[in-house]
Amino acid sequence: MRRAFVPLLAIATAMFMYAPILIANAPYESTMGLVQKIFYFHVPSWFAMFTAVFVCGVESAIFLFRKKPSADRIAAAAGEVAVLFGLMGLVTGPLWGRKSWGVWWPWDARVTIALLVELTFVGYLLVRKFGGPGADKLAAAMAIFGMFNVPFLYVSVDIWRTIHPKTTVVPTLPGGMPGPFWFSVAAFLLLCALLMTARAHLEHQRAALDALYLEEE
Amino acid sequence: MTMFGRVAFLVLRKDATIEIKSLEILSTTLFFAVSCVLVFAFAFVKEGSIVADASAGILWIAIAFAGTLALGRTFERERYAETVRALLLAPAPRAAIYVGKLLGIVLLLISAEVMLVPLVALLFSAPLFARPLLLAGLLVAGTVGFAAVGTLFAAMLVRSRTRDIMLPILLYPITVPVIIAGVRGTAALLSSPPDEAIAGMWIGLLLCFDVVFVTLALWTFEPLMTE
Repeated sequence: MRRAFVPLLAIATAMFMYAPILIANAPYESTMGLVQKIFYFHVPSWFAMFTAVFVCGVESAIFLFRKKPSADRIAAAAGEVAVLFGLMGLVTGPLWGRKSWGVWWPWDARVTIALLVELTFVGYLLVRKFGGPGADKLAAAMAIFGMFNVPFLYVSVDIWRTIHPKTTVVPTLPGGMPGPFWFSVAAFLLLCALLMTARAHLEHQRAALDALYLEEE
Repeated sequence: MTMFGRVAFLVLRKDATIEIKSLEILSTTLFFAVSCVLVFAFAFVKEGSIVADASAGILWIAIAFAGTLALGRTFERERYAETVRALLLAPAPRAAIYVGKLLGIVLLLISAEVMLVPLVALLFSAPLFARPLLLAGLLVAGTVGFAAVGTLFAAMLVRSRTRDIMLPILLYPITVPVIIAGVRGTAALLSSPPDEAIAGMWIGLLLCFDVVFVTLALWTFEPLMTE
């Protein structure tokens, strides 16, 4: 990944520059109007968040069971990236909701799940920062439990919502929309991978620097 | 009895003996839960009657908040007596220690619930005892799920300076499914006629949660508790 970083960054930049053109040319959705375009970066940021959550959980498990410090650093990077993309989804979600349902926060199942997963990983970052000695293990447990909690959150929130009157608009993709959509997904996943790599690299460098200081003393 | 079962039972017996002698955690937890119920009553009782479904929510919030308090206290006791190290040094499977602690906390919380549920039923004239078995199923399955996660995190936090603030941060986001299932299941039992199918479905979800999270906790307890 290290050697491919700069070319991939160039590709990602090109993709993000081309994406607005593609999105602007995508079919205009008549009921939602312009707001429908949020879809092209709202859903991909959601995909990117779950990729980061998965990476964070798996790397935390590797750290805990194999005692590989490098896995912990990747997990820390993935945790931050997950919160970042989650925040993006949480900002764009209510924008969509305001137009579509008339309220900023409709307690729609997916929005609620996003908030809860986001909360879990904000907690993860808080533990990392303020947990004191041994916080890395605590955070690793939080990440593993958080990852396994996602299906339960999904099922429980989904049922909780569907028992009550439902106001969800299921986004079915008419012709001309899947192209730009999947292009955006690819761009976001690439950005997610790049951010995680860069952030993990920073952690690795920090650890190396600490090791050097220790050696000097 | 196998070694594993024996260790778990001994840890449970030790905790139970201390608790029965002092009643410290049970009485403080119960008092806190009752205060919670009262505080929520001020928010949700309007002109003498309660907002629909609120009693289910109040019951579970009281359980969750009081449960957090109890979790913190049980391990605080180990820390004061400096017995954590002794427990961990004992030539016993770590997972058995976890199971013993978990059973102790579940028993404690269920004893608190046995007194809390009639109180909520009485104060809010909620027909909580219309389907006692289903309610008991919800409470036991929910308590086990909450305590399974809570026991592990509380044990890990014993040595942390910031444990008072860290426990809720770790615990609440993970146990949201338990709260949703508990509240919705109880609300289904409170509706007239009680909706048994929905309550049963939530119990099923809680049992799945219990199985997954107890397994996870047993699996991670050993590496997490090594120094």
